[in-house]
Amino acid sequence: MRSDAEALSAEVLRLEDPDATVDAIAEGLRHEVAAFHRKGAVVALSGGIDSTVVASLAARAFGPERVLGVLMPEADSSPDTLRLSRLAADSLGIPTVLEDITPLLEAAGCYRRRDEAIRRVVPEYDASWKAKLVLPSVLETDRYRLFSIVVEAPDGRRESARLPPAEYLQVVAATNFKQRSRKMMEYYHADRLNYAVLGTPNRLEYDQGFFVKNGDGAADVKPIAHLYKTQVYQLAGTLGVPDEIRTRPPTTDTYSMPQSQEEFYFSLPYDKMDLCLYAVNHGLSAETVAGALGLTPEQVERVFRDIASKRRVGRYLHAAPRLLGAVEGAVR
Amino acid sequence: MDSIEGDVRRFMADNFILDESAGPLDGDESLTQSGVLDSMGVLELILFIEERFGVHVPDEDTLPQNLDTVDRIVGYVRSRLAEGGGNGAL
Repeated sequence: MRSDAEALSAEVLRLEDPDATVDAIAEGLRHEVAAFHRKGAVVALSGGIDSTVVASLAARAFGPERVLGVLMPEADSSPDTLRLSRLAADSLGIPTVLEDITPLLEAAGCYRRRDEAIRRVVPEYDASWKAKLVLPSVLETDRYRLFSIVVEAPDGRRESARLPPAEYLQVVAATNFKQRSRKMMEYYHADRLNYAVLGTPNRLEYDQGFFVKNGDGAADVKPIAHLYKTQVYQLAGTLGVPDEIRTRPPTTDTYSMPQSQEEFYFSLPYDKMDLCLYAVNHGLSAETVAGALGLTPEQVERVFRDIASKRRVGRYLHAAPRLLGAVEGAVR
Repeated sequence: MDSIEGDVRRFMADNFILDESAGPLDGDESLTQSGVLDSMGVLELILFIEERFGVHVPDEDTLPQNLDTVDRIVGYVRSRLAEGGGNGAL
């Protein structure tokens, strides 16, 4: 008999029949989009694994000619984002539209409002500097996970400072213009073509609230929200996603300094996070996970607490508008 | 109730939605487990401590053992003041 530690490995997440999973999702997409009386799909392409897999599934469901890939770089985007987005679209043969959202963000004051807040903490910061938000590692300390701003001067000098509440909220609120502007653009094209908008969160992101409410959290269908990221990678292989996209490290691509998803949000690299989330969902002990992942039980307990904490925060992010009285017959 | 504890409880009552039907917070009740404080709330609490008592809360002190209950917050502030880190505003 296998022990729990042996049982907990990436194998528990392996899709037994990925071709059947692809077929089921494609069928589900056709069903849901038809129910909305829409006739195709819009997918925002980021050059990452999730959006490429969603676009690929949509191409299977509707045919490539009825999937529109929307490319939406902005001033802080990595050059790789646009290049790999084009690579994804070309590999699928889907049409694309390029929407540089930088002027939209400038008009909304995204960069100005963000930089104002950063300058209140780092007075010498200006538009020639780069910045990112980071969290302390959950593995190394019991400290609360409080965001710090890291800034880099043009000469490479770096500073870091914990953000007070007002400045933290303003940096996040201003940065959220990016995800919300992109979603507005996606719906423009969806409305223009009578298509549905597909969301690209994987299970880790959906469960842990790694999205902006009414930004990248908004969509008509979220076809991979039930799949662990490990499984998304497995589907990427089945779907023939280009190697360069499959090997690109996950990134937020939101701040001007390169930022991994671990330093911004998750406690661990995605493959280990997947297994911790699986363990929480299946009632496995911290000791079991620790043995499988090479961590201490105390470290795994901290990850479990972080998962629970993010789920509490996520309730607001997932919540539909609450009504305070009955509205009979309005929604069927 | 001493002045530090009174100030901390007043800050909690003024800034966070507490379940008033449950009565006052127990001094040893976990503020994060009970849902009173989230990470944003911790940031606000740190700012309050720094501004009200004039003690700097360094990153290495932002731990549950210092800030997760009213008793711990009071103890932490008292120890920091005893170290001479306060503004004497009490």
